[in-house]
Amino acid sequence: MSDGPDLIYRYDGSFKGLMCCVFESFYQRETPLRVISHAETQESLFEIREVVTDNTKASRVMRAVVEKISGEAMNLVYSAYLSDLKDKELHILRFLRLGFKYGASVMRMLTDDTVRILNKAVTHLSNEAALLRGFVRFSDFGGGLVATIEPKNNVLPVIKHHFLSRYPDGCFIIYDKTHKLVLLAQQGRSRIIQVDDFVPPQAGNDELRYRTMWKRFYDTIAVEGRENPKCRMTHMPKRYWAHLTEMQTPPDTRPITDAPARLTSNNTPASGLR
Amino acid sequence: MVYIDVIEKLTILTAAAKYDVACTSSGAERRGQKGGIGNASAAGICHSFAADGRCITLLKVLMSNSCVFDCSYCVNRRSNDTKRATFEPRELADLTIQFYRRNYIEGLFLSSGVIRNPDYTCEQMIKILEILRYEYRFGGYIHAKAIPGADELLIRRMGLLADRMSVNIELPSQKSLQLLAPDKNKDNILKPMGLIRQSITESRTELVRYKSAPQFAPAGQSTQIIIGATPETDYQILNLAAALYKKYELKRVFYSAYMPVVEGKNLPSLTTKPPLLREHRLYQADWLLRFYKFDASELLDEKNPNFNPFVDPKCSWALAHLDSFPVDVNTAPYETLLRVPGIGVKSAQRIIKARRAGPLNFDGLKKLGVVMKRAQYFILCSGRGMEGLKISHDSILRGLLSDRSMQLMEGSSGEQLSLFDDTTVTRGDIIKCLTGQI
Ligand code: SF4
Repeated sequence: MSDGPDLIYRYDGSFKGLMCCVFESFYQRETPLRVISHAETQESLFEIREVVTDNTKASRVMRAVVEKISGEAMNLVYSAYLSDLKDKELHILRFLRLGFKYGASVMRMLTDDTVRILNKAVTHLSNEAALLRGFVRFSDFGGGLVATIEPKNNVLPVIKHHFLSRYPDGCFIIYDKTHKLVLLAQQGRSRIIQVDDFVPPQAGNDELRYRTMWKRFYDTIAVEGRENPKCRMTHMPKRYWAHLTEMQTPPDTRPITDAPARLTSNNTPASGLR
Repeated sequence: MVYIDVIEKLTILTAAAKYDVACTSSGAERRGQKGGIGNASAAGICHSFAADGRCITLLKVLMSNSCVFDCSYCVNRRSNDTKRATFEPRELADLTIQFYRRNYIEGLFLSSGVIRNPDYTCEQMIKILEILRYEYRFGGYIHAKAIPGADELLIRRMGLLADRMSVNIELPSQKSLQLLAPDKNKDNILKPMGLIRQSITESRTELVRYKSAPQFAPAGQSTQIIIGATPETDYQILNLAAALYKKYELKRVFYSAYMPVVEGKNLPSLTTKPPLLREHRLYQADWLLRFYKFDASELLDEKNPNFNPFVDPKCSWALAHLDSFPVDVNTAPYETLLRVPGIGVKSAQRIIKARRAGPLNFDGLKKLGVVMKRAQYFILCSGRGMEGLKISHDSILRGLLSDRSMQLMEGSSGEQLSLFDDTTVTRGDIIKCLTGQI
């Protein structure tokens, strides 16, 4: 096996695409210097190899991971792919090299740096997903619910099951502004699509009233004499405040218009297993 | 819905409910049903955190703050001059649904002052829950407080609609109850508690037989004890909690540092600061009872009836039992690992898992999330201790305490600790607000 210190893989950013990079790396017996997605542009002196996404190759890799390592390892890899770990592709590649060597026991090698880094990234993802199950704030637009989030990790595929169960008959949209993804859900069915931009409609009177009432509840429920800004900040980091109704002062009462929601999209399904 | 009216009621009835510290939506797991709205997740979900750092998970309000009783520590007591309000059942049910749809909350925490009499109050509360469960087919979380003195049948009906039930003990002894809550007594608090426990057990057996049997309070029951309004020691309080866990199979006991809101001749003065550190120590000890398999009598006894403000209960215990240490992380059983300061439930589990792949060293432990600053004094790795470490009661104490606490401890011991300088307290606060995990 040779290291390819002057070689960079580029893929389409999808999970299957990443699995094809794994295939390529094993097939060519080489480890690239970096693996980048199309979204990243990199001025580079190094050779860039385009890795084309191929369903058959991707499936072969995924099956091999499950059979030769474990289903648990497959989950770890997929979750790590959703995380915001820097150079996650390379870490995943390294992990799979270890995994194919040691088999299922790689999952117990918690003090190995490669394993630890992936686990840490996945914990970060699950923690953020757990927070967002609570922090998503919907607005009601004539029966449909719309929310915007700005997570670090790609949490939509993780949290969608929860919201589908919460609103089994509902129609809702969650827009992930960071990753430009939209989760569309209706009557228990859902899909995630890539968008260029998403602008929610303006709130109506009823909506503004409920926001005001919620803000009032929030302000009233705190016990004076026990203020603890540090504790609040630990649990509810400031970067989430922009989309939390109760943290807007004064409550969000922007003028009301009838402008409908705008969704700009090329309608390609977003990356990810479905 | 008359908006101004509702927002005014909401304000009054939230302010009146906020001293109930129960803050969880945990313990029930339920998928959303077609034709309805809402699910429940066992771990509970925090939707926001208030300025006091506490988790907001449920719409916590009173149905009414009118009360025919006169408990002296309570703002709603009959003789207190305060603005009164009462939600119409439909008003509150609608508000709950509207908040729930927007993902502000996991559900409703419903309590009430006693309007007319306990039975009438209970019936009105049941109306709200029925609109939610039957009309809206609401599958979210409901915590309902049983009204002491209400008819058994009403409490049973309530429990079939709620996920969790609670009856607040409030004061830790019969004597204190008599003094501060003359309309209540031990029996009319413990009776509904016993009834709830019994109904929960029955409902579980039923469930084994018929899958579709209605569930009675599937998330169990909880209670709250006020700390510092009356002279009970930590030892008395912790023993009471342990007995409640055992006898009534409570899911949680909440501790609430007494916050003077009204004046009264038998009450601490209005300038009394709430004993937050003491409350915090009780939560830590409670945690040790529930998840670390400690017994109340191991933590305190008649000679040492109160927790050390400077050292957490687990460290205190370890310092008093230095002869049980050090333990070898590569061979010690799980229960023993749990007793090591600096090793929590998660890191203990990781140790068990990781050591199957090969022996662990100190560097590896750090990577597993063990807090070495604490744990180092109590552990060995394959027979070897941390290099250059002095192990004696004093050197350990010195190592475990922050410099500031050390100074305070050596100086006047009566001085009030500033809570938020101590990092262990902030972590503890996290634990306290959490919904059931460490
Ligand atoms: S019965 Fe409850 S609401 Fe009424 S005064 Fe006593 S504590 Fe307050």
